[in-house]
Amino acid sequence: MKKILIIFSHPKLEKSRANRSLIEHIRGKDQVTIHDLYEEYPDFHIDVPREQQLLEQHDIIIWHHPFYWYSCPPLMKQWIDMVLEFNWAYGPKGKALHNKICLNAITTGGSKEVYCSAGYNSFTVEQFLRPFEQTSNLCGMTYFPPFAVMGTHSISDEVLHNYKISYGKLIDLLQADLSLQDFEKLSFINDIPQLKTT
Amino acid sequence: MTGSLLFMAIVFLAGAIICVSLAKRLGLSSVIGYLLAGILIGPYVLGFIGEEGDDILHFAEFGVVMMLFLIGLEIEPKNFWNMRKTIIGMGGIQVGGTMLLSFLLFSLLGFDWEVTLVISMAIALSSTAIAMQTIKEKGLMPTTFGTSAFSILLFQDIIVIFMIGAMPLLANTGNTTTTDEHSTTANLIESLPLGLQTLAIISSVAVIIVLGRLIIVPMLRKVAKTGVRELLIAAAFLIVFGISFIMELVGLSPALGAFLGGVVLSNSEFKHELESTLEPFKNLLLGLFFMAVGASINFIVIAKSSLTIGGLLLAIILLKALVLYITAQVFKLKLDQKLLLTFSLAQVGEFAFVLLSFAFSLHILEQEQMDMMLVITALSMALTPIISMLNERVILPKVGTKQSIKRPMDHIAKSHKIILVGFGHFGSTIGRFLRSHGIEATILDQDSNRVDFLRKMGFEVYYGDATRLDLLESAGIADAKIIIVATNKLNVSKAISKIVKEKYPHVEMLIRTKNRDDAYELLNLGHENIYRESLETSLAMASEVLHKIGFRKYTLKRQVKNFIKYDETSLRRLAKTSKRGDDYIFKARKELQEQEELLGADFKRGIVDFDKHWDSEHIRKALENSTTKL
Repeated sequence: MKKILIIFSHPKLEKSRANRSLIEHIRGKDQVTIHDLYEEYPDFHIDVPREQQLLEQHDIIIWHHPFYWYSCPPLMKQWIDMVLEFNWAYGPKGKALHNKICLNAITTGGSKEVYCSAGYNSFTVEQFLRPFEQTSNLCGMTYFPPFAVMGTHSISDEVLHNYKISYGKLIDLLQADLSLQDFEKLSFINDIPQLKTT
Repeated sequence: MTGSLLFMAIVFLAGAIICVSLAKRLGLSSVIGYLLAGILIGPYVLGFIGEEGDDILHFAEFGVVMMLFLIGLEIEPKNFWNMRKTIIGMGGIQVGGTMLLSFLLFSLLGFDWEVTLVISMAIALSSTAIAMQTIKEKGLMPTTFGTSAFSILLFQDIIVIFMIGAMPLLANTGNTTTTDEHSTTANLIESLPLGLQTLAIISSVAVIIVLGRLIIVPMLRKVAKTGVRELLIAAAFLIVFGISFIMELVGLSPALGAFLGGVVLSNSEFKHELESTLEPFKNLLLGLFFMAVGASINFIVIAKSSLTIGGLLLAIILLKALVLYITAQVFKLKLDQKLLLTFSLAQVGEFAFVLLSFAFSLHILEQEQMDMMLVITALSMALTPIISMLNERVILPKVGTKQSIKRPMDHIAKSHKIILVGFGHFGSTIGRFLRSHGIEATILDQDSNRVDFLRKMGFEVYYGDATRLDLLESAGIADAKIIIVATNKLNVSKAISKIVKEKYPHVEMLIRTKNRDDAYELLNLGHENIYRESLETSLAMASEVLHKIGFRKYTLKRQVKNFIKYDETSLRRLAKTSKRGDDYIFKARKELQEQEELLGADFKRGIVDFDKHWDSEHIRKALENSTTKL
């Protein structure tokens, strides 16, 4: 069974219905480590060696965060800046993350419809996530398509419930060594048509 | 002229107010002011006070008792026990040495051996009142010098009991009439055989300890519950009077008893309450005591045999100083501490008045001998503050700073000179953090042992009283960019900040304070950078508690910052309305009032949700009622 590390960043989890429900649903799963950055480093003083050790101990990295202003919360950017060091994560000797799997799990306030060329956000979530994709590539990881809970401002509790079940299922499948091809065929990934229209 | 009680009170109070404020303005110790006032109103200058001076002296000795009670309050039993070696060692050498030398001196001058012995005993004792008052006034209690002086004085307090006890034995060899007129001083112990005497002493000490634990503390609790402020004052006096009474009953020194009582109560919850209640009374009584000493200086005796008295005075002070210096040498004190000890305890103390007049009443001494010794005692006490001042202003600066090691400072430190006053627990943390950035602060500290150690560690350290402009100047205040006042004594930080603000307004000042009250005072004096030592630590604890019951850390961190901002604002608002100063009596009540006010404001503020950042629930609710879609 693959070991999953969820790098979770939310500056105000107590005010987020969607993220609370997602995180609580997967908490306690076997071989899944939820690493809550805003609880670990409230003063942004990241313990780099500890973070690198954590990464080395896992096979799959999920960057789980709300999608603020088309990007991640500041502490997660800080984490990327500090932890993914030259000659550890990238550079001639930087092979620590090679062949690991990486993906973003995000929540967006706006609905699916607004994240496309016709919507007021103009671009798809996948386009917005390019910096993360390339970060993952540079570190020699395989970047999987994102898992996105969209329209959190408007979706009903029932829809949210379905999302959280899907998130749990996704994690189970990843642990069972799902390939990228199979992953792209998953119904709940395909369910977000905008993700495909690159 | 010296008729009514009211008139006397007016004379004493006016004398004190005028002379002490004058002395303070001249930068002298308040003790000098009181002594001066005593001389002025005494029989030889203005003549307001006549014979009654002696009675006043006895009454005012109560100030010494209160002072020892207050000192006891500050010493926890464990520390007292730890000091036992210093007390017996230093005290023993000092008393023994002084008695031996003065016995030789007065024998050579041809006095009878009984007289010589009485005088030697009197000379061996120093003045607790003067020495401790000065030490406390300068905040030197926590230094090696402070504890050494205190140990010696405490030993003297204990040994004086035996001296008084031995006095009648001396009388028996000469004149056997230990007559009825002294029955007031006769006590239970004298009538007992030696073994039982010891037992009585031990058991009376035990009684005080038991009284303290089983009776006084519960009594204070009851009194506190009534909420009547003046009852607490009454209770405080009752404790001190009661202990003194028991001690006098068994023939021990009331001062010693009061000290023990203080130690017993030092870890009760009433410590601070008792302190603040008795402090002003103690100061006034001590002042009265010093004035009585001043008034008792007999200028007629001086005039008659001024040469003899002058010679003896000098000889006695030198002799005491010599023994003290040797004592300090034996206990390996640093040079400046040695000098401080030597000069601050070189006087003949108030116990001499007791011993001498007791010996006179037992017909061991003759009138002239007693008068002469009384004058010498009073003069030596009056000289102490002057000698100490000379030591501090002339000798110490040379001794204290000559060992400073000049270190080449890098250019940052040179152009951004920083002075750090006080290197205790608080200041040392600041100094270490600065040093870890290669910034060497110039340190000013009062503990010479610490100064010595810091110099070895390569710090630039100046020893001494940072409220003195010349010391600040030699530490380089003129070129300094920032001065950090890290002492926890309000009067010291007030004095420093006043000087710096007046003379070197370009130097930025960062001042540590203990609490809100101190912060108010400093704010009202126009100082802005006030750091309350308890604020951030208590909030750190509070937010840790909230975290443990489920609150998110990052939110708490931001809330703490926000609370500090809110509290600083309310601090500045309340500072304007606070006019406290030295109003001891109403201090506790005012503090309560203010807490009420603060809590009231907190209540109005409610449970704070100070921002809507990253709050998606808030956005969701807003969107529910609108037509726009996100």
